[in-house]
Amino acid sequence: MSETVIEAKGLTKRYGRAKAVDSVTFSVGAGEIFGLLGPNGAGKTTTILMLLGLTDISAGTARVFGHDPMREPLAVKRRVGYLPDTVGFYDNLTAADNLHYTARLMGMDLKTRGQKIAAALARVGLSEVANKKVGTFSRGMRQRLGLAEIVMKDARVAILDEPTNGLDPQASIELLELIRSLKTQGVSILLSSHLLDRVQTVCDRVALFNAGRIVLMGTVAELGRQVLGGGFAVEVEAMGGAGIAGRLSALPGVRSVEEPAAGRWRIACDRDLRGEAAAEVVAAGGRLNQLSLDQPSLETIYTRYFQGEGVRHAA
Amino acid sequence: MRREGSPWQGLGVVTLKELSDHFTSARMRVLEWLVVLVALAAVYGAIQQIRDVTAEDPFLFLRLFTTAREPLPSFVSFLSFLVPLMAIGLGFDAVNGEHSRRTLSRILSQPIYRDALLFGKFLAALGTLSVSLIALWLLVIGLGLITLGVPPGGEEMARAFIFLLVTIAYAGVWLALAMLFSVVFRSAATAALVTLGIWLFLTVIWPALAPAIAQAVVPPDNQEALLVTAQMLTRLSPSTLFGECVLALLNPTTRTLGPVYLSQLQGAVMGAPLPLWDSVMVAWPQIVGLIAATILLFVGGYVAFQRQEVRA
Repeated sequence: MSETVIEAKGLTKRYGRAKAVDSVTFSVGAGEIFGLLGPNGAGKTTTILMLLGLTDISAGTARVFGHDPMREPLAVKRRVGYLPDTVGFYDNLTAADNLHYTARLMGMDLKTRGQKIAAALARVGLSEVANKKVGTFSRGMRQRLGLAEIVMKDARVAILDEPTNGLDPQASIELLELIRSLKTQGVSILLSSHLLDRVQTVCDRVALFNAGRIVLMGTVAELGRQVLGGGFAVEVEAMGGAGIAGRLSALPGVRSVEEPAAGRWRIACDRDLRGEAAAEVVAAGGRLNQLSLDQPSLETIYTRYFQGEGVRHAA
Repeated sequence: MRREGSPWQGLGVVTLKELSDHFTSARMRVLEWLVVLVALAAVYGAIQQIRDVTAEDPFLFLRLFTTAREPLPSFVSFLSFLVPLMAIGLGFDAVNGEHSRRTLSRILSQPIYRDALLFGKFLAALGTLSVSLIALWLLVIGLGLITLGVPPGGEEMARAFIFLLVTIAYAGVWLALAMLFSVVFRSAATAALVTLGIWLFLTVIWPALAPAIAQAVVPPDNQEALLVTAQMLTRLSPSTLFGECVLALLNPTTRTLGPVYLSQLQGAVMGAPLPLWDSVMVAWPQIVGLIAATILLFVGGYVAFQRQEVRA
């Protein structure tokens, strides 16, 4: 994280007296995938609109590549690709023509347009339907066409609002794969979602929103340590053996051992104890069936955090 | 602080795209048929009447535009209804249509100012209207040539041409109004209904209401003030302004559009036509009024659009 591409400081949006976004501060580094996560209505989209200059900022500052989106919108919009929530296209035009229109708005000449559009459509797997009208496209295809627009633009930052919203599992996996491949080309990505677990897999860092504020920010592992009290959870499944629970709890670094079902143990520990646990099971004469290390899931972190805080949130 | 870059960037692209949208749309098919039918009806009605009534009129050709034959209205009255409808039909969903297609935020996240989008849409719709009106105008003149068998004089053509320009300005007023409401209202249906409501009010109700308001405001013993006030009020309606322009331009004998004072009649030869430029001068305030109304309404829509939040 050498260079900061998006920086928000105390970003606030007021509608009348209600604050939709309340002093939000975060930054996105170059080549990073940053997730804005949280329930619907938590202020994620409003934050994005402020970064793009599509809505006025009530207080605070936003900088994209050092440019103010309110004062220098063109400088910002030239470098940023935006995929709105449920993106729309002109249904009466073909996929290629839709991209031609935006490419012309970007000021590309005919030759570059042709090459870039063909390349972008191939990249998202829409080459075969390039000359079909967008009216016939499924939602997943539209989202991919939206990504093609960002690819074509050679955007340095992609801002994606709920990119997987309303997609079937297969389509959303494909889309996340595309997003990951954008990252490998050095594109920084800011994405918002309310589907915590789906997005967890692609994000380098996340900010959890609730009621217009960022309540937690960091990598998923950091958040896990912060909220779940840190540590690891190792799960052991074994058959036979005697006194496995006792042996496991005697291991150094173990905090507690639970037995949620017969033949299954859950160990909370300070470090990765899989090797030691396996040795103990075998030493106790048991047959080890399964051994796994639980990654903290965002969903767990999120629920746990709000249970802990006693905050009620609108889902 | 000066904005960086030109507000016109992307204007040409938006205008061309909107023009091609208009020309391929179903609305355009309807417009084309309306143009043809109106031209036929107007000329048919006028020709019959002209043959019967006018034997030797120096401005025979202009009668084509203004002569009516029951039950058909004259070409000019056709236009005063048709033009607002065409303009509202092209403009009522200009911005909120992009909104409901969810294309607006995607387009506005491209490196263009909102100015380009709004002005491009206005220019394209005005261009479409101009093309239809020019076609209509040429059709009427062509049909007139064939049926009357008399070629128009230079001054007649000049008057007819200025009339065409005024009609386009009149279309601009309603287009700007329709676009203003397409910015203000998120639903295209609401925008269309409100614009049509205002059109009905200004065209049908206001001319009847204005004298009543004048009577309520002005002391009844001052007849002149009453008359002037009533006329001022009716002129708030673009339809009235258009009607007065047409009167001055196409009836060369029109000397004034307000009350006639005795002093104005001194030395005047009754029924003698005014020179072209004097006729334009008579209608000049009305023409300026129409253009100013277009600009004001467009600026209103522009201001509303600049500050608007573009969500999806």
